[in-house]
Amino acid sequence: MKKTLADVSIGELVKVNALIPSPVSSKLLEMGLYIGQEVEILFKAPFGDPIAVNVGGYVLSLRLNEADLIVVE
Amino acid sequence: MSFQKIALIGNPNTGKTSVFNRLTGLNQHVGNFPGVTVDKKIGKLKSENGSIEIIDLPGTYSIYPHSNDEKVVFDVLNNATHPDHPEALLVVIDASNLERNLLLFTQVYDLNIPVMLILNMSDVAYRAGREFNHEAFQKRFPGVPVIETNARVGLGIDKIIATIKNGFTITDFRPVIENYTLKLAIDPTSQSEETAERYKAIQALIPAIVNFKTSANKKIKVNRLDRILVHPIWGYLIFTVMLLLLFQLIFSIASYPMDLIDAVFSKLSDWFTDILPAGIFTDLISQGIIPGLGGVVIFIPQIALLFLFLGILEETGYMARVVFIMDKLMRPFGLNGKSVVPLLSSAACAIPGIMATRTISSWKERLITIMVAPLMSCSARIPVYTLLIGLVIPQQTVLGFFNLQGLVLFSLYALGLVSALLVSLVMKWIIQSKETSVLMLELPEFKAPRWGNVFINLLEKIKVFVFDAGKVILAVSIILWAMASFGPGDRIEMAVQQIEKPNTTNADSLAIYEQQISSIKLENSYMGIIGKTIEPVIKPIGYDWKIGISLLTSFAAREVFVGSMATIYSVHDDGDTNLGLLEKMRNEKWSDGKPVYSTATGISLMVFYVYAMQCMATLAIVKRETKSWKWPIIQVLYMGALAYLASFTVFHLFS
Repeated sequence: MKKTLADVSIGELVKVNALIPSPVSSKLLEMGLYIGQEVEILFKAPFGDPIAVNVGGYVLSLRLNEADLIVVE
Repeated sequence: MSFQKIALIGNPNTGKTSVFNRLTGLNQHVGNFPGVTVDKKIGKLKSENGSIEIIDLPGTYSIYPHSNDEKVVFDVLNNATHPDHPEALLVVIDASNLERNLLLFTQVYDLNIPVMLILNMSDVAYRAGREFNHEAFQKRFPGVPVIETNARVGLGIDKIIATIKNGFTITDFRPVIENYTLKLAIDPTSQSEETAERYKAIQALIPAIVNFKTSANKKIKVNRLDRILVHPIWGYLIFTVMLLLLFQLIFSIASYPMDLIDAVFSKLSDWFTDILPAGIFTDLISQGIIPGLGGVVIFIPQIALLFLFLGILEETGYMARVVFIMDKLMRPFGLNGKSVVPLLSSAACAIPGIMATRTISSWKERLITIMVAPLMSCSARIPVYTLLIGLVIPQQTVLGFFNLQGLVLFSLYALGLVSALLVSLVMKWIIQSKETSVLMLELPEFKAPRWGNVFINLLEKIKVFVFDAGKVILAVSIILWAMASFGPGDRIEMAVQQIEKPNTTNADSLAIYEQQISSIKLENSYMGIIGKTIEPVIKPIGYDWKIGISLLTSFAAREVFVGSMATIYSVHDDGDTNLGLLEKMRNEKWSDGKPVYSTATGISLMVFYVYAMQCMATLAIVKRETKSWKWPIIQVLYMGALAYLASFTVFHLFS
């Protein structure tokens, strides 16, 4: 199992390694989640989903199933 | 060289709307892009040689479309023969987040359309230790004017205007990505490849065009407010308080201007009746057109207050947090965190609720929200519920401390909410869509609201309602008036002659006579005839033809049911206690001697009003928002079917 952004805990700084191909990949990319981008989960919604992510200096909210398409290291 | 037509483009939350509002002020209107449901905002910038048209393109992160509505930007820019194709583009970017914002800029630049770069919020970037290097930028992008602004306070706007008037064009065009044409990039894989390549180019570009005074720090400290607003307890609690405030605003404050509008229009009606000679033409004006106009204007206070409130929540950044904490709860129903506010607003009035669905980017989720919003019990249902509860539900305490009447009222609201969610669930399966549901929402920093934006947006909503939906509402009101005022041949005159005019000057007796005349006129009008004709259809759910007539007339607005009942039963509509009406209704008997208003009929009628789509104003706004009659027609049919089935069920349960 590859580690994805959905598995990352709050405060842990990770790098985007790959995007799992899906209909939303190009959208994720446009939002700044390109390979090499540093991301950090800032906080989570009450049921742990969606999550708020720092993407290169702005806060993006992502659903867990969207975060699960982002392979990180 | 000056331009005739230019367009504004930019990421959401960059202050693009502020720039647009600063440039055009109140000189803006809403139009249509062909084939999509997004509105086209057009403004005019006055200049010495005529005016320059500015189109505010929808906020987007990329020119590649991810939905039908986002296709607008792509079509407008890609197709030089498109009627809205601009001669030049103003790209508004958030200077404090250059990397992501430059993606859109480089895409636009590569189209080789004259382009201006507006660096908004450059003060924030400056404070963060970043300074834009204009010289280096000009070297790489010759002919692209760069203007630093703070649109919030209006700084730099005069420079934008002067530059537009002077004209500008790209010189020595060197695309960021070679051999780039939009046509090639329509398939998602090459789009992704291209975007990735573009980000590489931008990363290489940034060190050259930005002077970092301190080392680049992309770390974000979580705002204390965010800790509270998305907290599992405080977050929902604060949202609940906000909702209570919203309802307070709509129910208590809006009622003052609404009562005033009501009074003004009824005075106006009386005045026309007095000054014009009696006849059909006068009746058309005083009973058809004026009440019809009143029926449009009456909604303005609610729309204005709701959008004032929502505008503030949106501008401050709070709305994004509401979406964030509600998304997970709404998803199972085929809805989105963004559906919450439109749905809950519909508990006051579905019209502003439906207009507030604009922010939902997925068409399917937006459509489902629009379709189920009228199931939420709105304020117009309250008079109907109150009358019926007073009629058939006894004043008693159950389970120790619950007031039975209150409990029934609560159940009706709950029934509306639960049904809205269940219908969403069904529609989620029925409505086919190729679009994938995404959230991907930017959580903007907290800011003080920009009142200019709130005010202009509120004005636009009112204009859209009055001029687009208003036409339909007025037309339907006139049709309803005509149906309730005319009957076949001399049927009405004959019926009126049957009633003997009292030979007295006693005001009370004359009033009773007048009420009897109104009643007999309605009974013999086309509306009355239809009401009688449908009796066999509505008898299985417990209604007689008198209720039938009131069901038809309340299509103008649900609360008309009460006034219509008062007319039929020839009692004075005191609009408050309904004591006279309640007594008459209680004494009403079927031909076999059983009372018409049994508990079963009363409950069946309440349930009917929970479900039935009896509001032409809502239908008019659904048509406006979906740009087709298809959806309002489906809405009438499905809600009507639900109303009938549910009423039938409860009528037999309680019989």
